[in-house]
Amino acid sequence: MSDPTPLLRIRNLSVDFTTSSGLFRAVDGIDLDVASGELLAIVGESGSGKSVSMLAVMGLLPWTAKITADEITFDGTDLRNLSGPARRRLIGRDMAMIFQEPMSSLNPCFTIGFQLKEALRQHLGLNARDRHARAIELLEMVGMPDPERRLKAFPFQLSGGMNQRVMIAMAIACRPRLLIADEPTTALDVTIQAQILDLLTGLQNDTGMTLILITHDMGVVAETAERVCVQYAGQKVEDQPVIDLFDHPYHPYTAALLAALPERATERRLPTIPGTVPGAFDRPTGCLFSPRCRFADDTCRGTQPPVQPPALGRARCHYPIGATTPQKVTQ
Amino acid sequence: MLRYFLGRLLTFIPTFIGVTLISFAFIRVLPGDPIIVMAGERGLTEERYQELSRQFGFDQPILLQFWDYLTGVLQGDLGQSYVTKKPVFDEFFTLFPATLELSVCAIILAIALGLPAGVIAAVYRGKFFDRALMSTALVGYSMPIFWWALLLIIVFSGNLGWTPVSGRIDLLYYFDNTTGFMLIDSLLSGQSGAFTSAVRHLILPTIVLATIPLAVIARQTRSAMLEVLSEDYIRTARAKGLSPTRINGLHALRNAMIPVITVIGLSVGTLLAGAILTETIFSWPGIGKWMVDSIFRRDYPVVQGGLLMIALMVMIVNLTVDLLYSLINPKIRHR
Ligand SMILES: Nc1ncnc2c1ncn2[C@@H]1O[C@H](COP(=O)(O)OP(=O)(O)OP(=O)(O)O)[C@@H](O)[C@H]1O
Ligand SMILES: [Mg+2]
Repeated sequence: MSDPTPLLRIRNLSVDFTTSSGLFRAVDGIDLDVASGELLAIVGESGSGKSVSMLAVMGLLPWTAKITADEITFDGTDLRNLSGPARRRLIGRDMAMIFQEPMSSLNPCFTIGFQLKEALRQHLGLNARDRHARAIELLEMVGMPDPERRLKAFPFQLSGGMNQRVMIAMAIACRPRLLIADEPTTALDVTIQAQILDLLTGLQNDTGMTLILITHDMGVVAETAERVCVQYAGQKVEDQPVIDLFDHPYHPYTAALLAALPERATERRLPTIPGTVPGAFDRPTGCLFSPRCRFADDTCRGTQPPVQPPALGRARCHYPIGATTPQKVTQ
Repeated sequence: MLRYFLGRLLTFIPTFIGVTLISFAFIRVLPGDPIIVMAGERGLTEERYQELSRQFGFDQPILLQFWDYLTGVLQGDLGQSYVTKKPVFDEFFTLFPATLELSVCAIILAIALGLPAGVIAAVYRGKFFDRALMSTALVGYSMPIFWWALLLIIVFSGNLGWTPVSGRIDLLYYFDNTTGFMLIDSLLSGQSGAFTSAVRHLILPTIVLATIPLAVIARQTRSAMLEVLSEDYIRTARAKGLSPTRINGLHALRNAMIPVITVIGLSVGTLLAGAILTETIFSWPGIGKWMVDSIFRRDYPVVQGGLLMIALMVMIVNLTVDLLYSLINPKIRHR
């Protein structure tokens, strides 16, 4: 946030889905600045709009999604009204994304090599021999054994971990400045999870690219990220450097997440908090977290909370924990 | 892969025997006696009837007749037509090119229009083109073929006079049956106007015969594309910055083709059945018309032999489709 010209700058991003029962707001007024070279983690329960917000930035949402934003700029380029061809020159080259399900994210009808080289031809215009050399180099970078032979393999002939390595190789093929990794390890075995995370952070170190890591896993956040955004029901509720956040959460939701981590290490999944995330029909008028919040009062239930200054973790809360303002604790 | 192919060939044997039995039984179940039919209105004496009966082998027990037929078939002998006295096998191969020509043109038309239509409808799902196309396909699918054929004849041959009503070529052209395919033979003949005439004769029957497969292929392509377009790997392809043409036409269509190929194969089977009706309407001298005529004449060898040959063709088509299927689906190829 200190960087005056962030690589990615989002202001008031909202996404509404047209569903059979009317509009559903999946992302609600998100502001986000990501500095060049930063490693940002986005955490939140399932359904909190982590994927949807980043897919909106990439322009990968289905046509049922309606995106509104005051600003989405990447490296000075306004992404909101970009023409199709202009966006396609950017996507996959300067901004790349990998997904949660490696097994279904690769096309079963084409070989690994075909899919890897396709990205190279699309953006870099390399000839066949250079593409082949670069493809092998990329597979080596992501720690794929026997890359020459793997190029001829089909996705269903490789394991999930290997497929995710291929996805990563494909994403970094054109040396992107921003890589969005949407829960890249959720579908993988625990031992493989650590390897993939090491690979991603290692690549980020070596290439200096910016990495946005979407995750459920507070343990992963603690070990890898520099800064964390906590999302709840489509809103960003807190935004702090990792150390400060673990040290002093300002939003009651963050506090509840951390408090429920036994020893903050053994249970690595997001703990359960009583109640559920509001859906389309039970959206509170005031603070979205108020029905589940221990500290909520009538103000919380009645009016939408302001976004607090950076010193208070940008918490979207009327009464940030430990703030100097008179704190009401009503059970 | 080879084992798979040989395994498929083995399943041909019981199918083949079954078809032989059914085609043998089918015509004999129909009421009517070929000898009486042949004699026509003149009738014939009891002695003459017995003599002919013996000549055709009708005095033998039915099982023995089947055995004779089956052993004949296995030696490549389908018997002779009662009417023309020519070997059924020869007649089949004289007439089959006409049916094949019509069927091939029809399936090409059905694929050439149905595949892109289905893709476009899926890409623009819910939009005007999609709705218009899907309603048209539904109409095409459920329309009685003879009614549709008559409508086309009335409009294009009757009112507009653009296309001929029947046959394969104008009577004024005469040339050798080199290949049996009128489009090729007319070109080989070098007579000016012969090829155009052959094409004009083909247009209406082809449209009529292609209608149902076209509707089926368009609908199947659309639904397969819709399913594929919501797959994760399509999102990956978009995340690479590929063009919509490449995503829809290569990444999506390649996967959607797997179910579509199956449907195309099934269409070819029904096409041969549809050809019978179409050929009768347009006096197209193919096996369809030949079969219908022979059924009315109770020409047992022709009907049972013709059915057998048609079944054989369908089996060959299905085998080809199976092979194609495993070629485009790497999961089967790499088993
Ligand atoms: N195509 C869509 N149509 C309608 N609703 C959608 C669509 N995609 C996502 N949503 C809804 O948007 C909300 C946010 O979804 P999103 O996938 O961003 O959650 P998430 O935070 O990534 O969760 P997870 O951790 O499970 O991946 C969910 O309630 C989801 O049901
Ligand atoms: Mg998600």
